Amino acid sequence: MRLLNLLKIAFKAIVLNKMRTLLTMLGIIIGVASVIAMLAIGEGSKESIRETISSMGSNMITIRPGADDRGPARGSGGNVQTLTLQDYEVIKAKSELLSYITPVVNGGGQVINGSNNWPSTIYGVNPDYLNIKVVGLQSGSMFTDAEVSSASKVVIIGQTVVDNVFPDGQDPVGQMVRFNNIPFKVIGVLEEKGENTFGQDQDDVVIAPYTTVQKRILAIDYLNQIMASAISEDDAPEAVTQVTEILRSQHKLLDNVDDDFHVRSMEELISTFSSTSEMLTILLVAVASISLLIGGIGIMNIMYVSVKERTKEIGLRMAVGGKGSDILMQFLIEAILISITGGVLGVILGLGSTVFIEKFLHWPTNVALYSIIISFAVCAVTGIFFGWYPAKKASALDPITALRYE
Amino acid sequence: MSKEIIKIEDLTREFIMGAETVRALRGISFTIKEGEFVTIMGSSGSGKSTLLNILGCLDQPTSGIYEIDGVKMKDLSKNQLATIRNEKIGFIFQSYNLLARTSALENVELPLFYNSKVSSEERRDRAIKAIEMVGLSDRKDHTPSQLSGGQQQRVAIARSLVNSPVMILADEATGNLDTKTAYEIMSIFQELNKQGITIVFVTHEPDIASFSNRTIVLKDGNIIQDKINNKVLSAAEELANLPKQDD
Repeated sequence: MRLLNLLKIAFKAIVLNKMRTLLTMLGIIIGVASVIAMLAIGEGSKESIRETISSMGSNMITIRPGADDRGPARGSGGNVQTLTLQDYEVIKAKSELLSYITPVVNGGGQVINGSNNWPSTIYGVNPDYLNIKVVGLQSGSMFTDAEVSSASKVVIIGQTVVDNVFPDGQDPVGQMVRFNNIPFKVIGVLEEKGENTFGQDQDDVVIAPYTTVQKRILAIDYLNQIMASAISEDDAPEAVTQVTEILRSQHKLLDNVDDDFHVRSMEELISTFSSTSEMLTILLVAVASISLLIGGIGIMNIMYVSVKERTKEIGLRMAVGGKGSDILMQFLIEAILISITGGVLGVILGLGSTVFIEKFLHWPTNVALYSIIISFAVCAVTGIFFGWYPAKKASALDPITALRYE
Repeated sequence: MSKEIIKIEDLTREFIMGAETVRALRGISFTIKEGEFVTIMGSSGSGKSTLLNILGCLDQPTSGIYEIDGVKMKDLSKNQLATIRNEKIGFIFQSYNLLARTSALENVELPLFYNSKVSSEERRDRAIKAIEMVGLSDRKDHTPSQLSGGQQQRVAIARSLVNSPVMILADEATGNLDTKTAYEIMSIFQELNKQGITIVFVTHEPDIASFSNRTIVLKDGNIIQDKINNKVLSAAEELANLPKQDD
């Protein structure tokens, strides 16, 4: 009965003072909405940076033969022949953290088409290569596993090669070129990728089945490297360890012997990414805390002032018999109603503006649940506390003191 | 005769204003019996409003004893004082103190909201009855800003009546009103007094005092006169005798 009466009183007070209620709520609405929208933009950018970086092949793993330190004259890793097709088969069979894997053999040579020629590098790989390098074809198609096993004389060429050996703009797909005087049929053109982080032209390549390159061009039976990609970027370090173990047992290395190979993930890229994303996270937290702080101060001010200016009303309510606890309860109910309604409206506005930003400004956004929870909680708690605290102080006064308050 | 409803003994009230101590009441004693209509007079600063605020349990005396129906107010908690204010006392302020943007009827209902023994139907009925008693039935849905000063004061009177108090304390309830309206208000008080409600009325106008049956005069925080008025005028009759004004 008493609580019901107080609910009615609080509700009446809210309805009677529409403007005050609206302004108070506005503080909470803006506070909650801005934090949600800002964090959504931040999280969206973070996500899009993550995507950009992983599209560069951040989960790529390369396995190269190690330097030869067995003889008196040390040779470079490129000259040793410790990496074999069997190694590739074993890794492919045993490691469950890799999504793609290809053997790689490479050699330099001259690409010739009629009177045009261009020095380039040929990479012998399997069809997984495109997925590992995260690159597509702009025309034509990739060679198949069947073409790999039959060592077909087909190539995919990069844009730089196209520009130089097909200068008159004809479609290279279906044409014949010669690489080191061996004729190949061009079956596809790689998407342009531009230069990599180290300034290397990634379009200056010729890609062919590794069998073809091994047998017909280089005449070797070992591999220059093995390339793979981990299932996810987070799995990359684990995959490196796993591959190392597989290779050590495959190469029958004793515990006291160093690896005769090198397994590398895109460590540099990953660490760049993680430092970028850490910075973004710090930035986000800073921006969100500042907006929450400002929103909180705004809510605090308007709640404090609007309750303070009602000191006289509090005095009157006490003069006609309202107990201190009645008054407090009324203001608490008012503050809760206003804060919760404002919070809910703020969440709606925040989500709405996020959708707007995504649709019309084309900024990537990503609404995080934690941003909704935290902003709602902080604004509601601030609103409730500063609606309650001045009322608490006013209700502790003698009625006449509160009534005389101007 | 009838029992004492208010008893004060050696009541003092001091306000500390910075370094200075203002002694608003300097040791006052009197008793008021049930059914009396007492006016407290005095020039401004004589302590009459301070005294009334203490009588209304809105303020606490610095020292001295204040009893209502034999209960010492000093012994009561804040919540018990609130209950006394709610159930025994109707207080009328000079500045009306109505809730803005709230209808007359809802203003009158206000004290009953804090009395959980009263149901919402009963609350509405009693408020309507109280507002009828002050003759404002046709204005009960108007907000204070739509009412004249006299009408606002009537709403305040109705609010003080609604809890069926044993005493009504009025602080210069006619101070802001013209003579005609003041006499109308006084006739309401006389009517209420006839129904047995004790009334303590603070004023500085001698003609208002002539409608009461006892006048206490304060000066500088002391009682300088306390006399029974043997010739109580009827406010209703005086109202009829007022010269007609061009409205």
